[in-house]
Amino acid sequence: MINADEVAAAESGLLEVRGLVKRFGGVTAVNALNMTVRAGDIHALIGPNGSGKTTTLNVVSALYRADGGSIRFDGGELAGRPAHAIARLGVARTFQNIRLFGDLSVVENVMIGRHVRTRVGFIGALLPGGATAREERETREKAFELLRFVGLDHVAAAPARSLPYGDQRRVEIARALASEPRLLLLDEPAAGMNPAETDTLVALLRSIRERGTTLLLIEHDMNLVMSVSDRITVLNFGQHIAEGPPAEIARNPDVITAYLGGTLDAA
Amino acid sequence: MTRYPSRRIAIALLIVVLAVLPAFVHSDYLLSLVDTAGIYAIVVMGLGILLGFAGQLSLAQAAFLGIGAYTSGWLTTNLGWPAWPSMGVAMALSALVGFVVGYPCLRLSGHYLALATIGFGIITQLVLINWKSVTNGSDGMGNIPAPQIGSFVFDTYGRYYYVVLVAVIACAYVGWRIKTTRVGRALEAIRENEIAARATGIDATRYKIIAFVLAGTYAGLAGSLLAHMTKFISPDSYSFDQSVVFLVMLIVGGSASISGAILGAVLLWFLPEVLRPLKTSYIMVYGAAVIAMIIFMPRGLVGVFETLRSRFARRGAA
Repeated sequence: MINADEVAAAESGLLEVRGLVKRFGGVTAVNALNMTVRAGDIHALIGPNGSGKTTTLNVVSALYRADGGSIRFDGGELAGRPAHAIARLGVARTFQNIRLFGDLSVVENVMIGRHVRTRVGFIGALLPGGATAREERETREKAFELLRFVGLDHVAAAPARSLPYGDQRRVEIARALASEPRLLLLDEPAAGMNPAETDTLVALLRSIRERGTTLLLIEHDMNLVMSVSDRITVLNFGQHIAEGPPAEIARNPDVITAYLGGTLDAA
Repeated sequence: MTRYPSRRIAIALLIVVLAVLPAFVHSDYLLSLVDTAGIYAIVVMGLGILLGFAGQLSLAQAAFLGIGAYTSGWLTTNLGWPAWPSMGVAMALSALVGFVVGYPCLRLSGHYLALATIGFGIITQLVLINWKSVTNGSDGMGNIPAPQIGSFVFDTYGRYYYVVLVAVIACAYVGWRIKTTRVGRALEAIRENEIAARATGIDATRYKIIAFVLAGTYAGLAGSLLAHMTKFISPDSYSFDQSVVFLVMLIVGGSASISGAILGAVLLWFLPEVLRPLKTSYIMVYGAAVIAMIIFMPRGLVGVFETLRSRFARRGAA
């Protein structure tokens, strides 16, 4: 069932980051980063604190502007486009420091995630029947379907900010999935979760991939990364030091040095 | 749409009561107050869309009121236009100014946005005072005609009441439809978390401009309605102070709902009338009352009603 186009896409990568540079004043947070995320993979981006992982995600989703390099998604250039345009192209994300629409209900949060897949504008809003009513109903149904998928349909009417931390992370995932992304960026999805919640999350990540969405995640929980990832990119001081499958990464001497403080040994 | 049958009946009843109200109010003065309350409710609803929905503070609503009033005044007295098309142009011009001002302003946020809108409001008032060839300066403009349908002229407060009522209902309907559909959700997403909204695919700049244009249009319509009611306009009514009053009306009513905007406008408009017997100390009591309402009703009057309703609902269920 795999056609030639899909093979080509898998080889060239759904997301190709080449020579990416991001500076903050005099600090170079990301320095000539290369990374290839293949379609259909769960790809992890790891590295010590301050190595530029979140910055990379923020540049890919255009919350920050790149200072150099290219970010190609499905063959098109993302660098230079505004954040909302990138979401429209099929790149959704969650945030390390959860960013929900706190005063709105859980289901409204997910309905807002449908924004790029719905059309009703100002004029449509004033005409309550027909297409507007149908789209509104479909948006709500789709949101409930996603809440069932992440296991939160029983709290649909609650204000998002009233949910426990782990549940808020799952609302963010449902909101991101509502845009039917081809690439989902997750910034530390397991942060603050207990082991049981983390197990549920791993199952969720796998079923998201089965729905056909590629995942790129930042995570500090190495057990999670090693068990769930198809490929891993390792960053240190904003630079790519290794990329490959988990078993290979675990043996890589550069990676071990970076994690165990190799610079001290060298000095 | 049978989800809120009781709410629909309540709204229908309210409209019927409002429709027969002038038959029971025989004081022309009282009717003029009621008409003005409705007009101010329109301005405050517009501010509600901008601040309550989208979270963008504007202190220039009075300036848009002035633009609407002077557009109507100028077109009718200088070009001899009838009132209705003048109202349309007043709304269109206010929308356009909303766009022109909104575009640069909305690249600012928070305090800076507030300051920019104050600046725009003050400039507008100065233009109204000093552009004498068009606005007639501080003397103002008189003899602005009332609107009419055929030979029926809306030239008494009792008759004009219906013009205002239709406008209020239309504006409330538009605001309510926006709030409950995709555009409103996009605005609320921007208010709640702009970064997340952008990452979710919402073009925040575009939606903020839509909100700014709507706020301007509402105020422009209100200004035009005011001009055709009072027949006389002068620049001192469109001051920064007046913009602050609109803001207070919205906060007291409850900023994120259309009914809150209407309630706040009506309540604060009539409060000075109720306090009139206090004579010179009324402004002190008025100020204290506003502060007390903001402290004890942080979500406005609408918040109080919602709390009461959920309390009754719980008691009913138990």
